Amino acid sequence: MTAIADATPPEARVYRRRSAWVAAWPLFPLLLYLGFLFLYPVGQLLWLSILDDGGALSSVHYTKLFARTTYVKVLGITFRIAAWTTLFCLLAGYPVAYLLATINERKRNTLILWVLLPFWTSFLVRTFAWIVLLGRYGTINSWLMDLGIIDAPLKLIYNFAGVMIGMSHALMPLAVLTMLAVMRTIDPNLRNAASTLGARGGQSFWRIYFPLSLPGLAAGGLLVFITALGFFITPALLGGGREIMVAQVIIEQIEELLNWGFAGAVAVLLLATAIIVFYVYDRLLGMSTLAGGSAAEERARDGSNNIIGRLGSWLGRYLIAILGWICDLFSAIVEIVRPIRADRPRQGLSRGVLWIVAMAVIFYLAAPAFFVVPISFSENQFIEWPMKGFTLHWYEMFLGSDIWIGAMMRSFLVAFFSAALSMIIGVPAAFVLARQQLIFKTVALAFILAPLIIPRIIIAIAIFYLYARIGLVGTSFGLVLGHTVLAVPFVVVTVMAVLKNYDERLDQAAWTLGASKARTLWHITFPLIQPGLIAAYLFAFVTSFDELTIALFISGGTATTLPKQMWTDALLKVSPTVLAASTVVLFFVTCMILMAEYIRRRTGG
Amino acid sequence: MANTKSKLRIRDLRKTYGPVVALEGANVDLHEGEFLTLLGPSGSGKTTMLMIIAGLTQPDSGDVWIDGKLATYAPTFKRDIGMVFQNYALFPHLSVYENIAFPLRMRKAPDDVIAKEVSRVLEIIRLPDVGDRLPRELSGGQQQRIALARCIVYRPSIILMDEPLGALDKKLRDQLQLEIKHLHTELGITVLYVTHDQEEALVMSDRICLMNEGRISQLGTPDELYFYPESVFAADFLGESNLLDARVVDVNNDVVHLKGPGDAVLRAGPRGEVREGDDIKVMVRPETIRLLGDGEEMANVIKAKIKDVILVGQVTKFYAEVSDGTPITVTRLTHVGSPAAEPGSEVRFGWAEESTVLLPKNGGRGGA
Repeated sequence: MTAIADATPPEARVYRRRSAWVAAWPLFPLLLYLGFLFLYPVGQLLWLSILDDGGALSSVHYTKLFARTTYVKVLGITFRIAAWTTLFCLLAGYPVAYLLATINERKRNTLILWVLLPFWTSFLVRTFAWIVLLGRYGTINSWLMDLGIIDAPLKLIYNFAGVMIGMSHALMPLAVLTMLAVMRTIDPNLRNAASTLGARGGQSFWRIYFPLSLPGLAAGGLLVFITALGFFITPALLGGGREIMVAQVIIEQIEELLNWGFAGAVAVLLLATAIIVFYVYDRLLGMSTLAGGSAAEERARDGSNNIIGRLGSWLGRYLIAILGWICDLFSAIVEIVRPIRADRPRQGLSRGVLWIVAMAVIFYLAAPAFFVVPISFSENQFIEWPMKGFTLHWYEMFLGSDIWIGAMMRSFLVAFFSAALSMIIGVPAAFVLARQQLIFKTVALAFILAPLIIPRIIIAIAIFYLYARIGLVGTSFGLVLGHTVLAVPFVVVTVMAVLKNYDERLDQAAWTLGASKARTLWHITFPLIQPGLIAAYLFAFVTSFDELTIALFISGGTATTLPKQMWTDALLKVSPTVLAASTVVLFFVTCMILMAEYIRRRTGG
Repeated sequence: MANTKSKLRIRDLRKTYGPVVALEGANVDLHEGEFLTLLGPSGSGKTTMLMIIAGLTQPDSGDVWIDGKLATYAPTFKRDIGMVFQNYALFPHLSVYENIAFPLRMRKAPDDVIAKEVSRVLEIIRLPDVGDRLPRELSGGQQQRIALARCIVYRPSIILMDEPLGALDKKLRDQLQLEIKHLHTELGITVLYVTHDQEEALVMSDRICLMNEGRISQLGTPDELYFYPESVFAADFLGESNLLDARVVDVNNDVVHLKGPGDAVLRAGPRGEVREGDDIKVMVRPETIRLLGDGEEMANVIKAKIKDVILVGQVTKFYAEVSDGTPITVTRLTHVGSPAAEPGSEVRFGWAEESTVLLPKNGGRGGA
């Protein structure tokens, strides 16, 4: 028997089954990259937090952290701000997501563009826009005084309200998009079915639609909360000095005291919080809902076994039933005032209200950024409304300054190369993740997306610590490597989404027609997914172009990027030069988004 | 049927989407206990009509009366209808019990009534033990039955079904067709059914409303539609048919003489207004045509050349061509042994006078 088995003719090429590990090789460059520039540095930072100055294991940093009430208080403030931000984002974002999920494709694409605009507009630009709008001499105060409603300017920013306005503005698109992803999986026929079974609008919303959209609400809340925990730009610029968040403590420890161990301990605290929140979320709703899965499915499998889940669903059911009946009562009252007539068409009242609310929120999201434009042409020495005269002075200041021009050029170069690098390592990985069955796929995907979820400030100081030892601080190369860590998850997610809609049989057809894998990729796959690839590149580009946190630490004074320069300038005084810079950034980013949108629509991708 | 109660009355419904007329001049009456099917190709307006009856779409003009009450623009939840959706639309987060209880809860039924009614309908659909499960944990056929149970539990005036069997495989579909049919007879429910599957329509319906391009093409019993289609469209859509061009040679009281393809002399029973010299189409069902032996004669005889003989299963199909190129198809039950004719042979086909059905040239009522 063995003699026959061994007697395979030598000239016959034997095609063996490729193992999953070999097939998955395009994934490895990305995993290695993130291993070196993300996992290792962050791990190192966490390790530092349990060492004392002499390098021995110790809990000295943690003792210090909890001994001083200042830090405990900062933690409290951070949670409070993050929680309120989450609440506002969900409350205001839900109607928008609901509207987007229930209108036709064409209208949805247009409105999403407006929701996304602030998402891709620089954090800094948006923050300056709020200063223009809400400042002591800002637009709102100026209008209110002109109308005679108030005599003296109101204090709208540099307090808790200012931080709330700025942060919900920054994070609401994230909440809207996450909720939208879940809502789009809800079959619109379910509400039709409920109404044929006798349910009024309120009942079918609360009993059917709302419970099904709950996973989206939870996932959106989770992402907003965790991102908000690591915020520092908005509170630093719009807060009144009392709204100090944990991230600002970390920055202070590094920039002023170079106390790595203590900063590490604060980072651990931040991370631990994030993980605890994730854990509670998982127990309540299950992790797969983050990826748009169904919560009912998760709950059915495991909700009955844990007390939190059971209590949650029991409470939820009663709350929902009550809300449903309240809505019914309300619409019954409306029907008395405005009786239902079977003989003439009726206008949906609630639909109109929804449109008004949603459009108001979208206006809040999209409009403010544009208020920086007129002021950047104003002759005022400070940020003041209304604009006086017209001058290009601030643009001359901007364009005439070597510092500003240098920063802008560096930002472009860094963005160009880090987007390119992200594509080179991200696209192959996306192909593997989208198309192959891997045992470790979920883990790999979670790892690749981790840079988006872990507070950016932690990644930034971890990379700073790594660079400090290998001499990459203050180099453009270092910036490119660092920004790629943040940009590559966007590339992977975008390309995966595109591949999900790509009919793989086209590739299979090409193979049967004799095309090799490489030629199929080049002649068939790439041309067809080109719009998606361009969009992925632009997302990566904008992510890097707009990045401040990493740049803040590792640009080290010699490799300043545009956002870093804007930040430095704004901390001294917010002069109209910053607004000129903002306008330039706004212009470029808007152009890029519109370009991506144009390409997408033209090619119908 | 004339003395039974009218459950649904539709008058002159019209609906347009921009320049597209989705539905026009629709008049339908549905009587208590009747099973009426809206049949037609996609885009024929059947779904639009269903949606208007359900109140999920508003018509441009016309009236809808449900159970004697005007309901044209009434909101869906006030219409007293039940609807089985194509994908069942079972609420995925609610158990089977809660799904079926939903319409009762909306009507504020007390809990003990709900419990009794739900177990009653679960018995009817012969799934008494699935109450605690989630819809997803059931098979397609079981989900289908739950959707049906959710409709019959509150005894609505009419039950609308939008291609409810479309997602199931052939075997299960055949089985459920009969089950729905039995349920209909046993419970005496009134059903408006939508499908594009002509066989399904023939199996289940008391009457069929055939639709084409937004209009009702023909409304009648399955027999009427199958044996006496009023238009080329109806003849073509239901079952297989041979459509032959013919010229009316002579009309008298009992028989119409026609000249068919290849100058064949055809005879048909009188129908509608035909005059001498009219160019019309006639329909002959393939299964009514026989292969004639030498010297055998029938009312209609046509000579043709066999092109192909195909064994389909229980029937064998003969594809032939008349001398002027008109194709003609004949089916007969399959027998053991060689077929009666070989490809290439010249044969004579014959059929009875009543099997020649005259069709007005331009499609008949509603098709113009």
